[in-house]
Amino acid sequence: MLEVKDLHSFYGAAHVLHGASLQVAPGEVVALLGRNGMGKTTLIRSIMGLTPPTVKQGEVVWKGEAITRMKPHDIANKKIAIVPQGRRLFSSLTVTEHLTMFKSARATEGWTIDRIFSTFTRLGERRHHRGNQLSGGERGMLAVARALMQDPELILMDEPSEGLAPVMVQHLEGVIAELGRTGLGILLVEQNLYSALAVASRVYIMETGKVVHSATSEELAKDEGAVQRWLGVHG
Amino acid sequence: MSGLSRSKSPMGALVGVAVMAVGVIAPFFLSRYQIGLATQILIFGMLAMSIDILVGFTGRTSLGHGAIFGASTYVVLYCVTQAGLSPYLAVVLGIATATVLAAVFALLAVRTNGVYFLLLTLALGMIVWGICLRWTQVTGGENGLRGDIRPKALADYKDFYWFILALAALVTFGIRRFVQSPFGLTLRGIRDSDSRMRSLGYNVPLHLFIGFTMSGFFAGVAGAVYAFFNNFVSPSTVALTQSVESLLMAIIGGVGTLYGSFIGASALIALQNLVSSHTERWQSVLGITFTLIMIFAPEGIVGKFRALRAKYASKH
Repeated sequence: MLEVKDLHSFYGAAHVLHGASLQVAPGEVVALLGRNGMGKTTLIRSIMGLTPPTVKQGEVVWKGEAITRMKPHDIANKKIAIVPQGRRLFSSLTVTEHLTMFKSARATEGWTIDRIFSTFTRLGERRHHRGNQLSGGERGMLAVARALMQDPELILMDEPSEGLAPVMVQHLEGVIAELGRTGLGILLVEQNLYSALAVASRVYIMETGKVVHSATSEELAKDEGAVQRWLGVHG
Repeated sequence: MSGLSRSKSPMGALVGVAVMAVGVIAPFFLSRYQIGLATQILIFGMLAMSIDILVGFTGRTSLGHGAIFGASTYVVLYCVTQAGLSPYLAVVLGIATATVLAAVFALLAVRTNGVYFLLLTLALGMIVWGICLRWTQVTGGENGLRGDIRPKALADYKDFYWFILALAALVTFGIRRFVQSPFGLTLRGIRDSDSRMRSLGYNVPLHLFIGFTMSGFFAGVAGAVYAFFNNFVSPSTVALTQSVESLLMAIIGGVGTLYGSFIGASALIALQNLVSSHTERWQSVLGITFTLIMIFAPEGIVGKFRALRAKYASKH
């Protein structure tokens, strides 16, 4: 269980998160929605211990243990993985090398290369291609696959569908929904309301550094007022 | 910078076997002087390859590896000539000293990069050089340490060459396995982007520390056997020139190629010896040659060859 309690984060003197709070239960897919600049990525970075920003108040608790201000590698060791915004792949490494960086290709426990290539068949076909030789969709898949190779219990996904063609977004939604069914917790940052509603069981909406609305996906889908007010989307 | 693909190429293996075969039979055709040069090339090839772990695979350029290499040479010569230890034990102590020295360098340097890393390793190397120059009771000062320390089993120059050839093959295999391991891939990730690796949850300073220390270990292996080859060490062995020349070997061969280090060492040592036997202005000739290599093959000789091969393959 991930609990974020009243988190205040700063970029220098700029106060960006103003007491953000949320929860992700084990095996739950939760979406974090909000317009640009509302603090979604800052919240993800704060949970992962990445600096900047600096967390000055509040707490991040993972499975009962406070992980606030821990180093990112210590947080990663606690089985929390991240799919960063923009994917952040390595141009000189092949698909296989991106994946075996976390775990030997001969590993048989948890997520293995074979399991990844059977889940993401396109990556298997492109296994010898380098990070800069992949299409946007393949890059998105590889970023998710790379996180899975850490055998996480929770993945923080920062706009994995950003810039993808609709068909690729649909494919990714299918993968995320499937991962959710395997018991993996996912906190999904999205700008695309319909993508989020398709895969998440619960949704948080952020506005100017705070979580201002929380609902199940079904509730939000019916609440046109909230959607229009917080996300500027007309149903 | 080229990476080393993990895929096994039958052609690559064939070339490796052919090179080894030529290396093994070479002493039957070469003069004693030429075998000496070949031995020197293998030793400095190992040193350049240890530098390539940092330059080619981690993106950190070290100017302190001459000091790490030379420290190992000093310890081996001191242990045998002054302390009366067995040469084999001396080699172990020499490599251990180089590894510890590299770990100390790494502790101080891992939080820097770019020109700061370069300058810090240069400064640390200069400290070692200063110690070797001034600590005359132990290092012999400017006179250095001298002695016929090579074990009897390797006394014959051909046997010694074969021993170094086998060691170079072992070191190459070890470094290749290291850079292709999951850990080696993280070093390449760090080379591409520190911040990217941090954001994925990697302890970048720890990985750099281990990478630097491993690199120092291999430099120590080269330094230890150099003591057997040269039977002499002086401050010039740990000087900045040593670091620069070894770095040049890695660059001329092609950083990130590993095997290029032996090509670079061959080019530098062969040119030094050939040109200097014909003209006193050999250093100018070397300078011009390396300038031309950097202009026409900035990726190094092996790097250029791979680029041309890839270009040819894409056309056919």
